[in-house]
Amino acid sequence: MMTLPPVEVLRPSSVAEAVEALQKHPGSRVLAGGTDIVPNLKYGMYDTQHLVALRGLSKELRYVRLQNDLHLGALCTIDQLAHDETIRRCAPALAEACSQVAGPQLRRMGTLGGNLCLDTRCVYINQSYFWRNALGFCLKKDGTVCHVVAGGQRCVAAASNDTAPVLLALGATIKIVSPRGERELPLRDFYLADGIHNTVLRPDELLTGIRLPKDAFAKRQGFAKLRTRAAIDFPSLNMAVALEIEKGTVKSVSLAVGALAARPALIKGLDDLNGQKADARLAEELARRAHKQCKPLTNIGVDPDWRRDVLPVLVRRMVLRAAATAAAAS
Amino acid sequence: MSIGDRFPKVDGPAKADGSGVYADDISFPRILHAKILRSPHANARIRKIDVSGASRYPGVVATLTGDELPVKYGVIPWTQDEQALATDHVRFVGDEVACVAALDERTAEEALALIEVDYEVLPAVLTPEDALAHPEIKVNERAKVGNITKHVNLQFGDVDAEVARATAIASQKYRYAGSTHVPIEPHCAVARADADGNLTVWSSTQIPHYVHRELSRVLGLSASKIRVIQPLLGGAFGGKSDPFALEFCVAKLALKTGRPVKILYTREEVFYAHRGRHPMNMDLTVALDRDGRIAAVDNKILIDGGAYASFGLVTAYYAGQLLTGPYRFGTYRFDSYRMYTNKPPCGPKRGHGSVQPRFAFEVALDEAAEKLGIDPIEVRRRNFIGEQVETVNGQKITSNGFLKCLELVEQASGWKERHGKLGPGRGLGVAGSMYISGTAYPVYPNEMPQSGILVKLDRSGRVTVFSGASDIGQGVNTLLCQIAAEELGCDPHEVTIVAADTDLTPVDLGAYSSRVTFMAGLAAREACQKLAAKLHAAGGSTFAEACQRAEAEEGAPLAAVGGYRTQKLGGDYRGGTIGASPAYSFTAHVAEVSVDEETGIWKVEKIWAAHDCGKALNPSLVEGQIEGSVYMGAAEAQMEEMVYDAKGLLFGPSLLDYRIPTSVDTPDLESYIVESADPNGPYGAKEAGEGPLHPAIPAIANAIHDACGIRIRELPFYPQRVLALLREKASGLRRQASGI
Repeated sequence: MMTLPPVEVLRPSSVAEAVEALQKHPGSRVLAGGTDIVPNLKYGMYDTQHLVALRGLSKELRYVRLQNDLHLGALCTIDQLAHDETIRRCAPALAEACSQVAGPQLRRMGTLGGNLCLDTRCVYINQSYFWRNALGFCLKKDGTVCHVVAGGQRCVAAASNDTAPVLLALGATIKIVSPRGERELPLRDFYLADGIHNTVLRPDELLTGIRLPKDAFAKRQGFAKLRTRAAIDFPSLNMAVALEIEKGTVKSVSLAVGALAARPALIKGLDDLNGQKADARLAEELARRAHKQCKPLTNIGVDPDWRRDVLPVLVRRMVLRAAATAAAAS
Repeated sequence: MSIGDRFPKVDGPAKADGSGVYADDISFPRILHAKILRSPHANARIRKIDVSGASRYPGVVATLTGDELPVKYGVIPWTQDEQALATDHVRFVGDEVACVAALDERTAEEALALIEVDYEVLPAVLTPEDALAHPEIKVNERAKVGNITKHVNLQFGDVDAEVARATAIASQKYRYAGSTHVPIEPHCAVARADADGNLTVWSSTQIPHYVHRELSRVLGLSASKIRVIQPLLGGAFGGKSDPFALEFCVAKLALKTGRPVKILYTREEVFYAHRGRHPMNMDLTVALDRDGRIAAVDNKILIDGGAYASFGLVTAYYAGQLLTGPYRFGTYRFDSYRMYTNKPPCGPKRGHGSVQPRFAFEVALDEAAEKLGIDPIEVRRRNFIGEQVETVNGQKITSNGFLKCLELVEQASGWKERHGKLGPGRGLGVAGSMYISGTAYPVYPNEMPQSGILVKLDRSGRVTVFSGASDIGQGVNTLLCQIAAEELGCDPHEVTIVAADTDLTPVDLGAYSSRVTFMAGLAAREACQKLAAKLHAAGGSTFAEACQRAEAEEGAPLAAVGGYRTQKLGGDYRGGTIGASPAYSFTAHVAEVSVDEETGIWKVEKIWAAHDCGKALNPSLVEGQIEGSVYMGAAEAQMEEMVYDAKGLLFGPSLLDYRIPTSVDTPDLESYIVESADPNGPYGAKEAGEGPLHPAIPAIANAIHDACGIRIRELPFYPQRVLALLREKASGLRRQASGI
């Protein structure tokens, strides 16, 4: 079978200890549910010598708290979020997205923090060392060329986390702790597409939780995921919408799409839709704009032209579904 | 509990509670773990292999290169073209080059990186068309002409004349993508050499006998010094029907080091070992006369074989020979080329060779019938070939329950009320098929029985059946218990099966071509009947008492043997025996699908599958085989494909990227058993393990047509293909409407 390269596993028992360990061991990586990092390590994708295991932080970081805003600890499991009553009430699209992550076993291991920090994925990188060597490697690891974009100099591996589009659309912020203290950051400023890192997290920083502002609860929310199979698969596309509707009229709308390139995309320039009626024409318009702004690539092994073709259909249906729901509890 | 009962699988509890012993569960003190270095090139000359770096790596005990195992092997004696480790030529990305045995797997893997191979990279041929066009690029030196593994061209009757006078013709090109088996258990082999020079190899194989023979040839060691044992198997589906590099490597390394050696393939290596479904391009014509009778079938088949022959010689024949039922063909011609290409070798996957042409044919039959306005079920009924008849290519059909199969799925699906009437986006489709219950001739010519069974009775009343047959999950060991119970009158729980161990059990040729229950079943019945006669004569109030009395009467322990002897069958022409079977099974499916016409995403809502297995020796097992087959067929229609990049590298050799449907992607399945009581089979039984796969794919294609009016002729039926066809149809309709 595939073997794991030798790594030292550090087991801090608090957030403070964890970030200290990260600081002390440059190049170390965080191990939470392990559902992504373990196969990636076996694939030889990282040269990590140390893993900072977060199991000892479970008590500290596994909370769902409704205190004005909704506060979620980074170690909440995906399965927990899919079933949590408070989340189903305040952020039904997040519960929906979580219920569509991977399969039941992986949802029980995988965490919210892990999903938000998920490394980008590409058919040319998430493969064994043997395979990547036969390919001639790629610029993300061990190589110099991009096999997705001819002549590309920036890695375009795809953001493949299902929670990210929802939390982006809902305007969540994230909490980050380092030995220097704590900082809060809008999720929309978290992701990068510089081709090297996919988030702004520094090596000694740990994402410890998210905060969902309470105004999100009143929004009509929707999530949709395109995948070949009804379980296990990473998204071929995923998307989320948050609609603020007052008396049938749009007050604000936010639409995010993932599984395109390194960063989940917030569809730009939707402010002019405020004041329009929340009807089928709005859904069509959002679909049209998403189609214009989103260009799927061959980084995912499902035909990009077809993904682009169906994207507006999925957006339209999602928006109509969301608009038809009652506003979530405030 | 005996014949016809739902006796629970004898290997079920151990598989469920984890106590069952698979090859990878076998370990010994001082065992070494080996890893195989594989070629990163699709086609290259090897100038030099230097293993010295690996040999010096701490923890490495031995290295192995191809010059130590130079003999070529293969299941089919005429096409032995494989070498355990390449010496001068690698033929696909993943071809085996060298092997390292170390104290643990990681060490062996790290040491592989220290082996230096000097390759001269050559241009590769990756499609069968290229393989034909570029005979100068030699994939495999065994090919006498260009890159052709095998060419078969057979004609029965004047096809061209019949096509010329036919009323309705469907003539189209079809493409069937390659797929692989995906057994949950990866290949694994363990070898141990005794102090006296005897070698034991445990392997996750479905053909212990051929592994035994080939180990003997390649190692240059008498077969009498080699013992091959097949432990519990975690699925095979045809993917473990060849001898593989790992068996030779562990054997040689065990002899070399004097220590036990194990190799467990990674999932990626299972993809390179492959032997899966051959991609086929088919140019098929089906011609009907004005009454809807099949006047002519003409098929040109180009088969993508991969780098080695495997069973490819047989594939080239099966692609044509197995199509001639359950319908009567007026005339028939097929012309098939099995090509070598620089990709992992294809081989036998469940429904070997015949699933692809069956798809094309059943779709074409629907299309031709539609032109005549004949209902799809009616055209199949009208062309029924009958019982005790000979097919156009000289195959003898004995029992045939196909009409009953059709009737069952017609009724169950509500065909008459629902076909063509489900409204847009939903439809029903039907298809039928035929398959063999073993082949009349063994893979290597010999006069010995294809299956042998030895049954021993103990004074306690315990019955032990020694069977060479491979239980690969199909349940033959369970059936042998039932056969013993039926004939001897004992409790099937009192039967011990000793199976698939070349030292202990009589030879059985292996689990392929749906032969096992048929042939081992007949052999077991014969052996048990001999003993039953003695028990009957001896009498006794209990089974144990009868055993004791009979043993006293015999003056020796009680045992008997039975065998399955090959019958003379098949057409009187070159290749006429290939596809000749002592009995044929028949299947009919109706599939119901829904299609989202905006996205092309479609779903199988339900499949009704009726299968004529002659006699269900154990209905639970037959239903399991039907359901498993339908699942596998539907999976190929839905999503399975081996995709390669421009240099011959297989995309995503993992279960994340090579997708098979999960339980939630699996349609509702309803299976129906039809019992036509075959005169040749054990208790009337015929095969059930492969036949029921075939109609799933064309039934789905025909259902998609009923749902939205498109004919999909290329597998898998990706939603983008469905959407493209829907758009093509819409633009055609628009053109029609605007009068262009």
